[in-house]
Amino acid sequence: MHIMEGYLPAAHAIGWTAAAAPFLAYGVKKLARQMREHPESRLLLGASTGFVFVLSSLKLPSVTGSCSHPTGIGFGTTLFGPGIMFVAGFVVLLFQALLLAHGGLTTLGANTFSMAIVGGLVAWGVFRAATVLRLSSGAAVFLAAMLSDLATYVVTSLQLALAFPDPAGGFTAAAAKFLSIFAFTQLPLAVIEGLLSVLVMNLLRAHAAPQLAALIAPADPADPNS
Amino acid sequence: MKRQNLLLLLAALAIAILPLFIIRPPAGDAAEIFTGADGQAETVITGLRPDYKPWFAPLWEPPSGEIESLLFGLQAAIGAGLIGYCLGFYRGRSNPQ
Repeated sequence: MHIMEGYLPAAHAIGWTAAAAPFLAYGVKKLARQMREHPESRLLLGASTGFVFVLSSLKLPSVTGSCSHPTGIGFGTTLFGPGIMFVAGFVVLLFQALLLAHGGLTTLGANTFSMAIVGGLVAWGVFRAATVLRLSSGAAVFLAAMLSDLATYVVTSLQLALAFPDPAGGFTAAAAKFLSIFAFTQLPLAVIEGLLSVLVMNLLRAHAAPQLAALIAPADPADPNS
Repeated sequence: MKRQNLLLLLAALAIAILPLFIIRPPAGDAAEIFTGADGQAETVITGLRPDYKPWFAPLWEPPSGEIESLLFGLQAAIGAGLIGYCLGFYRGRSNPQ
């Protein structure tokens, strides 16, 4: 989903950077507060960021005959809520922009917006909805991770279509072209991300149930301290 | 739980491996398959706006495919290390020997 360096016109690059900045500032604030008030959660924070590092390095083959990678944002969002994973996603994208020439500094805002911010918000929304609907926790994590992954690639397609509308069909035709590359390729990969997220969550539940409970409880909106 | 985890892992592997056997390169065409989706998007951009020139270049690019795979491996290793450390720590603490 990386929009490559220089592949967004300057106005779009600046616009997406400006759009991502307040979310990122909010995330940094949330992260600082989490570290201060719950220093014991640093280990799970590390594991959640590690999950983003691993998943976004796995370029997997898809049934469309091309390769893409999952994002890993959904998993940590189900533990820490939206905000903190905005920062984790940004760090991974910065690593890839500087060391791998994947993505770029001019497109960092747009890529952070699609992967970390929209990915995180969708994961959180789906996770909360699944919890309200009393789905099993496995199903909630699966759906949150899968739909967050898909949403990221849909947003990337729309960002590109906004920047490069089709000369004949405009935004809609361009969006169809980019979606046919990104969204279809991503479908099986999003399922893989969902399955792996449930797997890691199962492992954590088996060995760190009290630590998980301590994390998920303060995120409850019914809790006045959250 | 162990059984479910095994099934989850097998399903994820199957979804990743199956395309390698299903997808065949078009007959008589030497075109590479399983290229990156990012690169394909670049081709579409070039089709939509042939005059578009990227206006900024990466500050640094891995000098070869080997170095690039090294750095991708490093990225995965950092991530796996963090997850492994966390799981190992909690596992060790939950069943002290």
